[in-house]
Amino acid sequence: MQELLDKNPGRKILLGNEAICRGALESGVQFVSTYPGTPASEIGNIFFDLTRERNGKGLYFEFSTNEKVAMEAGMGASFSGLKTLIAMKNFGLNVCIDSLLPFVYAGTKGPTVIIVADDPSCHSSAQSEENTRPIAFLAHIPILEPSDPQECKDFVKLGFKISEQFKIPIIIRTTTRVAHQKMPVVLDKMERSNEKIVGRFVKNPRQFITLPPRVLEMKKELLEKIVKIKSFSEKSSLNKIEKSSGPYKIGIITSGISYLYTKEALAEFNVSFPVLKLGFFYPLPELKIKKFIKGLKKVLIVEELEPFLEQEVERLAKESNCKLEVIGKKMITEIGEMRPEFVFSAVAKLSGEKYSQPKNTLQISIPKRLPQLCPGCPYWSVISAVKKAVNPEEVIFGGEIGCYMLFGNPPVNMQDYLFCMGSSMGIGHGIKKATGQKLIAFIGDSSFFHSGIPALINTVFNKSNPLIIILNNETTAMTGHQPHPVSVGSDTGIKIENIVRACGVKNAKTIDPTTNQEEMIETIKDFLSKDDVSVIIANHPCKFVAKK
Amino acid sequence: MMVTGTGGQGLITILQIISEAAMIEGYDIKTSELHGLSQRGGSVEVYIRFGKKVYSPLIPQGKADLIMGLEAQEALKGVYFANPKTTFLINENIIPIPLKKPLTKNEISNSLKKISKNVFMIPAKEICREKLGTEVVAGTYLLSWAVFKKIIPLEALSVLKALKKVIPPKHLELNIKTFELAKE
Repeated sequence: MQELLDKNPGRKILLGNEAICRGALESGVQFVSTYPGTPASEIGNIFFDLTRERNGKGLYFEFSTNEKVAMEAGMGASFSGLKTLIAMKNFGLNVCIDSLLPFVYAGTKGPTVIIVADDPSCHSSAQSEENTRPIAFLAHIPILEPSDPQECKDFVKLGFKISEQFKIPIIIRTTTRVAHQKMPVVLDKMERSNEKIVGRFVKNPRQFITLPPRVLEMKKELLEKIVKIKSFSEKSSLNKIEKSSGPYKIGIITSGISYLYTKEALAEFNVSFPVLKLGFFYPLPELKIKKFIKGLKKVLIVEELEPFLEQEVERLAKESNCKLEVIGKKMITEIGEMRPEFVFSAVAKLSGEKYSQPKNTLQISIPKRLPQLCPGCPYWSVISAVKKAVNPEEVIFGGEIGCYMLFGNPPVNMQDYLFCMGSSMGIGHGIKKATGQKLIAFIGDSSFFHSGIPALINTVFNKSNPLIIILNNETTAMTGHQPHPVSVGSDTGIKIENIVRACGVKNAKTIDPTTNQEEMIETIKDFLSKDDVSVIIANHPCKFVAKK
Repeated sequence: MMVTGTGGQGLITILQIISEAAMIEGYDIKTSELHGLSQRGGSVEVYIRFGKKVYSPLIPQGKADLIMGLEAQEALKGVYFANPKTTFLINENIIPIPLKKPLTKNEISNSLKKISKNVFMIPAKEICREKLGTEVVAGTYLLSWAVFKKIIPLEALSVLKALKKVIPPKHLELNIKTFELAKE
């Protein structure tokens, strides 16, 4: 981390997420909020360590209880004039869209950059292969897409400048191969304040109250801002044309990680198709794109996941070059992450070069190594108690996002549905209402605070009787042991059992499953026969935080 | 080059050492790693590319010069990136997968030899345990071995400097000893 704090210019090897932090620090960021989620987790970890070391001087940081709260905390800081960074993974953005849309209408006071990290191929993300791009169309929020760590740093700095100039929050969208890419990054000078950060909220209902009829005026003002940012995007060097040296009638439009694979492919076949590299996904520099495609016969769109860029180029081609053949998803898959060889294959086809994907065949099959709960994980005791208390064939097991999603892997095989954070109880309630079958819903401590509580109240309010086991290992373990309201060393005084009881749950018990296995087994049996909802809080710290 | 292994084997440390050494020698560098599930014993792969100019952090299919396997079964994951000239440098260590019959060293070595003749199976775990009393430095041993055998085109001195920069002080002496051991 000391690398990131070096005040002097120089070159250091940085991870994309580290470069984002450095960019924010060089910009003089004052307020940072996040909820951990891979591939964005390191951003929070770095600021957490940084502010703990400096005792809050010059910078405020928090792990919020969920992304919506992180967004709202950042909005409050921005409205009070502070330079603000908010970070999350793609699914986190879903949680806070409700706040984001009116935030874009209202605009910023302190410049605000929002980092959203997508995970094509779902390396570390379950649920869906979410592509954050179309939020731009929904929310009218500018999106910048860096290709490498150097650009991560540069784009964050530019993002703050655009936000300051146009009074609008900016999204920087990364993907796993950008966020977790390393390269030598040029560091600029950095001044760090030692003052305690104090902003000031100045009342301004015209900006901060989103109610009709004013809200429609705000929409008009927002669309006018976007027109101005579009002309900024037209002139910006982030959207750059790399001219061809040959007489090619074929061009490539690309952005993000796909740009690097494009460059690799062009070098491989020694062809120099002109390339338009887009740093802005929204608003697109439409005039620049039209100019680029004007004299071309074919344009290859190298983009990961869904063809949003391809559709935009098709639309623009109707206005400037209606004979243009726009090639995208017919050559490059929209499922899974982009890979260099996909671009090799497309570039080879278009340039008439020979390329066949090399295929090595192995006589033996590679054994699949699934991740497992760590040896010594307290969750093993929960698993063994459940297996002793019930016949797994007769009970439905609801899963969730956290280490306990590994319950679904063999040899445990204790997971019958798995969706987003906070959903095990909500879906469990629906199944109970629909069927009356026996059901145990698992939820982790951090997930319970993130989005579990409303679903728990719903089981009381609408009277269903799942057994809910809250797995409290006193940390947000899966993303790297970030703190939460009841984590090891917490001074909040909050107790999960008190919350559960305050929600109206009568059958509630806190048990250490590692030391009270018998009590755990008996309570599971007892609670499963109840007519109303019951909750076991299985308390035992993760061995990694217990040691500290 | 690609390094394969399982969570906790120190793949990211190897990535850092090679990148820092390559930077000392003035090369352009790009690497890619994955975070998240690795701590929990799953498969891990990292990619390191250095040279005059490097664009992609991912190795294109079939373009790896070196595939280093810190666990022998995991080394097979490298096949996607291999060609007949690729060097496989493999720790003979086999970490069994629950409920599965592990592959044998010979099965792994024989099937890789059908792809490339340059397959080196090294008992790094045993050598380190015998000479240094611990097997945790098997990764450093393999890396250093590759440097002294000129499989990784970096100067030993640069790698030593990088080692000193990357490894925390309390583990440094052991790692330097490992580095020296690989020279023999």
